Amino acid sequence: MGQSNRALYEQVILEHNRKPRNFHAMEDADRRIEGHNPLCGDHFTLYLKLDGDVIADISFEGRGCAIAKSSASLMTTLLKGKTVREAEDLFVQFHRMVTAKPDAPIDEKAVGKLAVFSGVREFPIRIKCATLSWHALLSALRGTHSSVTTE
Amino acid sequence: MRAVREMSSGIPSNATSIFDVAALRRDFPILQTTVHGKPLVYLDNAATSQKPQAVLDALARYYAETNANVHRGLYQLSEASTRAYDAARHKVRDFIRARLKCEIIFTRGTTEGINLVAQTYGRQHVKAGDEILITHMEHHSNIVPWQVLCEEKGARLRVAPITDTGELDVQAFQRMLTGRTKLVAVTYVSNALGSVNPVKELIGMAHARGVPVLVDGAQAVPHLAIDVLELGCDFFVFSGHKVFGPTGIGVLYGRAELLEEMPPYQTGGDMILSVRFDKTIFNSLPHKFEAGTPDIAGAIGLGAAIDYLNHVGMDRIAAHEAELLQYGTEVLHSIDGVRILGNAAHKASVLSFVMDAAHPHDIGQMLDGEGIAIRAGHHCAQPLMERFDVPATARASLAFYNTREELDALGKALERVHEVFG
Repeated sequence: MGQSNRALYEQVILEHNRKPRNFHAMEDADRRIEGHNPLCGDHFTLYLKLDGDVIADISFEGRGCAIAKSSASLMTTLLKGKTVREAEDLFVQFHRMVTAKPDAPIDEKAVGKLAVFSGVREFPIRIKCATLSWHALLSALRGTHSSVTTE
Repeated sequence: MRAVREMSSGIPSNATSIFDVAALRRDFPILQTTVHGKPLVYLDNAATSQKPQAVLDALARYYAETNANVHRGLYQLSEASTRAYDAARHKVRDFIRARLKCEIIFTRGTTEGINLVAQTYGRQHVKAGDEILITHMEHHSNIVPWQVLCEEKGARLRVAPITDTGELDVQAFQRMLTGRTKLVAVTYVSNALGSVNPVKELIGMAHARGVPVLVDGAQAVPHLAIDVLELGCDFFVFSGHKVFGPTGIGVLYGRAELLEEMPPYQTGGDMILSVRFDKTIFNSLPHKFEAGTPDIAGAIGLGAAIDYLNHVGMDRIAAHEAELLQYGTEVLHSIDGVRILGNAAHKASVLSFVMDAAHPHDIGQMLDGEGIAIRAGHHCAQPLMERFDVPATARASLAFYNTREELDALGKALERVHEVFG
């Protein structure tokens, strides 16, 4: 499957793609936001329940590639119970990692489990896939839009 | 210098009667290259085709030996350039069997050709309450220009449905032709499904109601011999780059009677006979529709591509591709979880498919690791994707230079995708 693809499709990613976590609609969500990638037709809906500035619950549904889906899935597992500020900080670290040069060192402490997405650095076109759900999240937290797009 | 000499006669290196794919492939430098250390398997021909050395040489030779602006200078170079540009128009006319050379307008591509007709013929003839009829399998470039025109005029865009196999519902199409229909715009071959529409029949139906027809030939020209007179179409558009020529050049064929009555699309130099501040007289066909310095090199490159195709033979191309399509269909059917979209009885060599286990983008990514280039996405046909309730498909689109071995490589790589993602 090629060296780079092996690095891109980490087992954790494939596993989350097969069995995404928190993959359902949330009827009593406080916030609901759509994330689109018009170039590939990918489309997710993200649901959030907030308790003050803490993310009490988070889920998503929709369809997209393995990178987009597993990124959304892993995101939901990492953010439950986190504050808005912590979520934003994690996104900054994640974004820094996936947009870095392919040979840049990875700050594993800062990105934690999200390090599995470091293979994306080799494929700049997939950065949008990896960050789609995160962009939707930030927009939902800020409450500015009801949908976001990668374009 | 061997390639250059061959090019000068325009004859590809296999001048035999057998369809020798290996020999033809040697005419395409890019097909000799590797990707990720593996031989390139190029299966994205519906997006753009690769260029034979004859085309590359024609471009280089034009700039090295003949470059000058056309229709202007009295010096030798300008005359040579004008002659070469004119010869390219001649080749296009013969290639699509049009009647007159002046019915061949050079454009930037299919998209510009359609926009030209929408903005000139369309604006002139379509009024409030009128209808334009298209089909559900059109490329965005044969949807949006009509949508914009309809919005501007208060007209209605009507869409003829397709069946689950990806064929046009011809009876529904006929029913949707009404007294209000002012134009039909239909693709000859679907870029996303490969379906070949019965355009001659559709044109007959439209003409019976006095409705002119534009045929989007972008995906047809690389696969089928075209005869615009036999089809009877009023407009026919295609792109050079999909037919082994350069990017940036395309063709609009229009019946001279219609083109004569149409206002210019763009104005400026070359499209005028005389300019005075109180009155400008437009040039005759085809120049009326070619404002400014044209893509001279592109037209000459397209001419070289046509020479090349004529020597290979469109009939032999169609026969080879039909065999490849059948083999490729069998290869895809043999893989678990693969579903082909578009199973029309009459199909060009396009294999659009989805896999249970993997999203088209992941398929595309995995295949790239094997040196295999396919397209993954909505193929600029979002309404069609919605029709089949998929966000995207993976598409392997074949040209005459593709081989069974390449389809075997595709099958092997897809099996690997199934293993990894399943």
